[in-house]
Amino acid sequence: MPKRTDISSIIIIGAGPIVIGQACEFDYSGTQACKALKEEGYRVILVNSNPATIMTDPGLADATYVEPITPSTVARILEKERPDAMLPTMGGQTALNTALALAKDGTLERLGVELIGANLEAIEKAEDRLLFRQAMDKIGLESPRSSLVSNDEEAQEALKAVGLPAIIRPSFTLAGTGGGIAYNIQEFEEIVRNGLRLSPVHTVLIEESVLGWKEFEMEVVRDNADNCIIICAIENIDPMGIHTGDSVTVAPALTLTDKEYQRMRDASIAVLREIGVDTGGSNVQFAVSPETGRLVIIEMNPRVSRSSALASKATGFPIAKIAAKLAVGYTLDELDNDITGVTPASFEPTIDYVVTKMPRFTFEKFPGAEAKLTTSMKSVGEAMSIGRTFAESLQKALRSMETGLTGLDEVELPVDADGVVDRAGAIAALSEPVPDRLLRVAQAFRLGLTVEEVYDASSIDPWFLRHIAAIVAAEEKIRADGLPKDRQGMLELKKFGFSDMRLATLTGQDEATVASARRALGVTPVYKRIDTCAAEFPAKTPYMYSAYEGDGLNEPECESEPTDREKILILGGGPNRIGQGIEFDYCCVHAAYALSEAGYETIMVNCNPETVSTDYDTSDRLYFEPLTAEDVIELVRVEQRNGTVKGVIVQFGGQTPLKLANALEVAGIPILGTSPDAIDLAEDRERFQKLLNKLGLKQPDNGIVTSSDQAEVEAARIGYPVVIRPSYVLGGRAMEIVHDVTSLRRYMTQAVIASGKNPVLIDGFLSHAVEVDVDCLADGTRSHIAGIMEHIEEAGIHSGDSACSLPPQSLPEAVIKEIRRQTALLADGLSVKGLMNVQFAVKDDEVFLLEVNPRASRTVPFVAKATGSPIAKIAARVMAGEPLSSFDLPTRDPAHVAVKEAVFPFARFPGVDSILGPEMKSTGEVMGIDKDFAAAFAKSQIASGTNLPSSGTVFISVRDGDKPEIIALARELSKMGFLLLATSGTALTLKEAGLRVDRTKKVLEGRPHIVDNMLSGHVDLVINTTEGAQAIADSFSLRRTALTHNIPYYTTVEGAKAAVKAINAIRKGHLEVTPLQTYLSGSF
Amino acid sequence: MADALATDPGHKAAPAKPDGATAALILSDGTVFWGRGLGAARTTVGEVCFNTSMTGYQEIMTDPSYAGQIITFTFPHIGNVGANSNDVETATPHSLGLVLRADMTDPSNHRAERHFDDWLKSVNLPGISGVDTRRLTRRIRDGGAPNGVLCHAPDGNFDIPALRKQAAAWPGLEGMDLAAKVSCTQSYAWDGSTWAFGADDTEGYQPAPAVRHRVVAMDFGAKRNILRNLVALGCEVTVVPANNAAEEILARDPDGIFLANGPGDPAATGAYAVPEIRKLIDSGKPVFGICLGHQMLSLALGARTEKMHMGHRGGNHPVKDLTTGKVEITSQNHGFVISEGTLPDGVEITHRSLFDGSIEGIRVTGKPVFSVQYHPEASPGPKDSHYLFQRFVDLME
Repeated sequence: MPKRTDISSIIIIGAGPIVIGQACEFDYSGTQACKALKEEGYRVILVNSNPATIMTDPGLADATYVEPITPSTVARILEKERPDAMLPTMGGQTALNTALALAKDGTLERLGVELIGANLEAIEKAEDRLLFRQAMDKIGLESPRSSLVSNDEEAQEALKAVGLPAIIRPSFTLAGTGGGIAYNIQEFEEIVRNGLRLSPVHTVLIEESVLGWKEFEMEVVRDNADNCIIICAIENIDPMGIHTGDSVTVAPALTLTDKEYQRMRDASIAVLREIGVDTGGSNVQFAVSPETGRLVIIEMNPRVSRSSALASKATGFPIAKIAAKLAVGYTLDELDNDITGVTPASFEPTIDYVVTKMPRFTFEKFPGAEAKLTTSMKSVGEAMSIGRTFAESLQKALRSMETGLTGLDEVELPVDADGVVDRAGAIAALSEPVPDRLLRVAQAFRLGLTVEEVYDASSIDPWFLRHIAAIVAAEEKIRADGLPKDRQGMLELKKFGFSDMRLATLTGQDEATVASARRALGVTPVYKRIDTCAAEFPAKTPYMYSAYEGDGLNEPECESEPTDREKILILGGGPNRIGQGIEFDYCCVHAAYALSEAGYETIMVNCNPETVSTDYDTSDRLYFEPLTAEDVIELVRVEQRNGTVKGVIVQFGGQTPLKLANALEVAGIPILGTSPDAIDLAEDRERFQKLLNKLGLKQPDNGIVTSSDQAEVEAARIGYPVVIRPSYVLGGRAMEIVHDVTSLRRYMTQAVIASGKNPVLIDGFLSHAVEVDVDCLADGTRSHIAGIMEHIEEAGIHSGDSACSLPPQSLPEAVIKEIRRQTALLADGLSVKGLMNVQFAVKDDEVFLLEVNPRASRTVPFVAKATGSPIAKIAARVMAGEPLSSFDLPTRDPAHVAVKEAVFPFARFPGVDSILGPEMKSTGEVMGIDKDFAAAFAKSQIASGTNLPSSGTVFISVRDGDKPEIIALARELSKMGFLLLATSGTALTLKEAGLRVDRTKKVLEGRPHIVDNMLSGHVDLVINTTEGAQAIADSFSLRRTALTHNIPYYTTVEGAKAAVKAINAIRKGHLEVTPLQTYLSGSF
Repeated sequence: MADALATDPGHKAAPAKPDGATAALILSDGTVFWGRGLGAARTTVGEVCFNTSMTGYQEIMTDPSYAGQIITFTFPHIGNVGANSNDVETATPHSLGLVLRADMTDPSNHRAERHFDDWLKSVNLPGISGVDTRRLTRRIRDGGAPNGVLCHAPDGNFDIPALRKQAAAWPGLEGMDLAAKVSCTQSYAWDGSTWAFGADDTEGYQPAPAVRHRVVAMDFGAKRNILRNLVALGCEVTVVPANNAAEEILARDPDGIFLANGPGDPAATGAYAVPEIRKLIDSGKPVFGICLGHQMLSLALGARTEKMHMGHRGGNHPVKDLTTGKVEITSQNHGFVISEGTLPDGVEITHRSLFDGSIEGIRVTGKPVFSVQYHPEASPGPKDSHYLFQRFVDLME
């Protein structure tokens, strides 16, 4: 059937901010969907509160609403736009839940909006565990034994039937939030209670444990003619019990006979038909007993997902794009396979390589969080790697993680006093579901455990274990014999996936020595194409990965076929992590777009399957490779065989590509834009201070130390509190504000670990200062301030975690002028060519320089969206040699206000304090945009999931320094009709100011205390500022309770003031919804 | 495609051999692929083709249609699930060996009964691993399926010039009647039904249901799963040799006649089978053909067949049912095809490949006679096309 002509406008709902379980894969899918539907001539309306996405670039939709994704906001957009249809399957659970709410409350029907891609019934059937179970029973598919319960008694009954361990799954929560595995009755009761609370419908499923079973996922696409195809089968190396997002997975499935595979295929298709997913992509998950092969269905997602992004990248089949086209009426056979260009989309991709996906964790960011994996997802990112064999693919995945791994690096396993393996200890270590379990497996083999023993302890399929054992055996041989001296021997090792770095470690040499020995033997990788068809048809799309091939005698076949064009490489950011996420991918994608427009051939290198940058049509050529010096230099060498490599952009992908700058320079590969030396200068405290002295700029007093003793001396000289951090880190890793010498000593023992050989930096901390972020463009002779952002929280909270406003709200004109002056000086002093980000602190109208990063920063997409100026694109072209004067740059601040707010993953980490500090903790951001600050801030709060109350009780407890300021705020709240509740000190202050206030106890003062008040639902807003380690510890339970009960919580007076303004704006009536295109005159 | 391997001067001198090479694949143009030997230590000569399936290697190796062929698996890891006694399509495989990218590992699957390498030895099939199978596949894609010699020599001694001669001398599949070699020589009854998963006591090949129809299957190299599918639908199946006369077949008074798949050039096999098939069509009884059976039926109807450039072999081939507009993902294994424009009036094209548009299914107007080029019995592959067996049975109602 051709496309539908009875609909002409379609609204797509995005996924909102990046959170654990919903990352940039939904930007990837949403971007594909927007492009696909626009290409078909539909009017596309988009709602997504996340400014760091490509999909919210104003050119991708006809009307782009950067507004909160809540049913009420989306309803207002529907009223304004009156679209014919809504596509809810591209924005993860957020979009699905929002669509469900709007369908259930009748809004869609009232406004005549048709759900396409998935209907209400299908969504409900797939998402409601009981309905799903019934549907599966109907088609004869076995589920784990289970029952749905809504209270403790029912839970106890259910437990009798399923036994321990038991799986608990709350209904309708994202990525399994609140779920878990209970091994004993106490855990069981705890998880059930928590799950019942977190489930929006207050039900949880108690389920038979299939822990240790093999886990598989099938990515299925169906069209409205009932054609069904399997895009990819994914096998989890980590067995059941670990969320698939946290599991190491491979594609295709590797341990199934055809009979088993076809059973799973038939079952997957039957599931789509029964659930009623008429068009689009879905993900179906199965567990298989390793002993008997018994197959049970676990769940299905009637939408594109993280796994479908992975499947798309793994096979070259663009699931989201195809799903969008199917949703408007096409059938699969009417659509082309873009990769071959000669075959239709109605086929099943087949691959001739092995794909490994490995999750990236950041437990180190959350002290107190247990680094254990469960059915609730904890990872913040992932890398994908491609190799011709599992061993090659696995080792590439390990070095793609950028956690310092070069392969199966050694880890500590328990040994007894004589250094002999404590088998019991090793086995216990293997049975723990932890992030680095594969390293433990390798270590166990080094210690002499057998495949059978490791399997018994880990339930990891022996097929994978044997390959790991083979890698370990090869390592032992290398250790014993050294590197092979012949080409064939070296080639065999490289075919195993060993990095030069790993070989260097194993042989006690440095990487350069191994690399040159390897190259001297003529052992270099070839590049194979990802073509959806295992070479059956020629691929017209240059989507490539490296492999070592051949017999060592003859030249191996390379399919790279570099062109004779002038080319620019863009190095991506690798796996997402806190501090380096979608914002940098946005910059890389913009660089690719801009440089293609400027006539260059663009070549993207990245290993993150979730991103837009790794879509095959973002750049002219795509290498899906680890971002290590070895992997990048090898592919540049191949590209240099034809045409000219004008240079590499390393400044857009965050810290990852920057780290490669030196190696690339040494290899004689040109780097575009600001020189790596200037970047180094900005990071090197001594060199940087010299520059500042020359420019006459002021910093907070500071020093550099390399020992604990030195640190004490310096801190005393500067005066406490001080900010202390290792050099060369991103996202404020291990950065802390230290108030006294005891904390300093504790810190110094940890910082040495965090910074390696690098020194530790100590800065004087400016209390109660306002922090300012500036993004700037420069071409080496001229600079342009692209955006000045005033932080709402005071200095001391990592800029990535602070809310900020563009334009600034409280800074005097003179201060802004001074900031502009200093920024221009720095751009000039560092000879910036491209982007630069500067952070200032303003105290008593005096401007202090905190940090300069002459590269793309996290705020670039926000500034671009807020001002309408495509600064990443301009920067890329400037780096390629164009002067700033050739671009149309805005000269005035916008007339509207944009507020950026951070989003945090604390709810995922039970027992972790949600207090903010100089180390970044947020996973994502939202933008609120409106005519004034109050409305923009209100939107940012709603979009980040904060339900600001318009009436009720406010709890206030502030440190002494804040007491004078809090009175006015309390008065205003009181006038609005809020009841005030405070602990003794604050209550006294407020009473003395003539305000009516109720007193409550602090947690340490006995019960009932403030947390009891909160638990009873008597508190609607919390304003709590603290200082000093003791006070912070005392208020921990308060913050945690606010978090788990979703009570708005402000830890700074400035934040509270902004919240009160926002509450005022909300009380005045509905917040307006306006598309970005109305705010911004220019287009991207 | 630039192929450094083929540029050995005049193919006269034996090329250097990599250390440890115990197997070689020598193509008729002189190209040598070195690797490690597996399976039986022997030398075979045949056509080198590739299959893009990622599962079902044991079914593929035992599919009689691969007679005369050395199979390159495009997926690097083969042997993962070992071998078992159930996933076989014929008692004695007729394929000539296999070419792999990665060395085999020990099996890991609860259905595995033995190592796949042991199984290869037990059925006397040689193999080679360590080959850049993607390079070989691209070569087949661009240059057509070459003839070649697969030699597994554990002692590492290879007489390359002699092997090259052997490869070049092999006449090729065109004109080769292989059905006669793989067909049964005596008729027999088949009563095994299809496989089903289930609890321990019910898992396996299922008991045959009550017989409702009698089918005679002409064996050109039948895959067992075709016969199983017929039995599962209530057919009593008698398998007869490829050279059985129509009179003998009709004397069994079948309700329907099935023309099985098989290897080789349909034109060669057709020399003796086509006249018999014509008589079977004229009998008015339902006739259903698969693969070679489809080609023979077409020949009997007056069409011509031709050798394809590289053939269709894999489990992901989209075929459109022109009568319904639906797309089936099919299992395929054929190197010959009906020539476009040679089907007579009264024969309707019902299915076409969405990969290359080639003819994948036909039916005779006004007669209960139809056939498909692909494999609705799957094994290995998707079961989207199982409905065709029901269609055949319905014609017998």
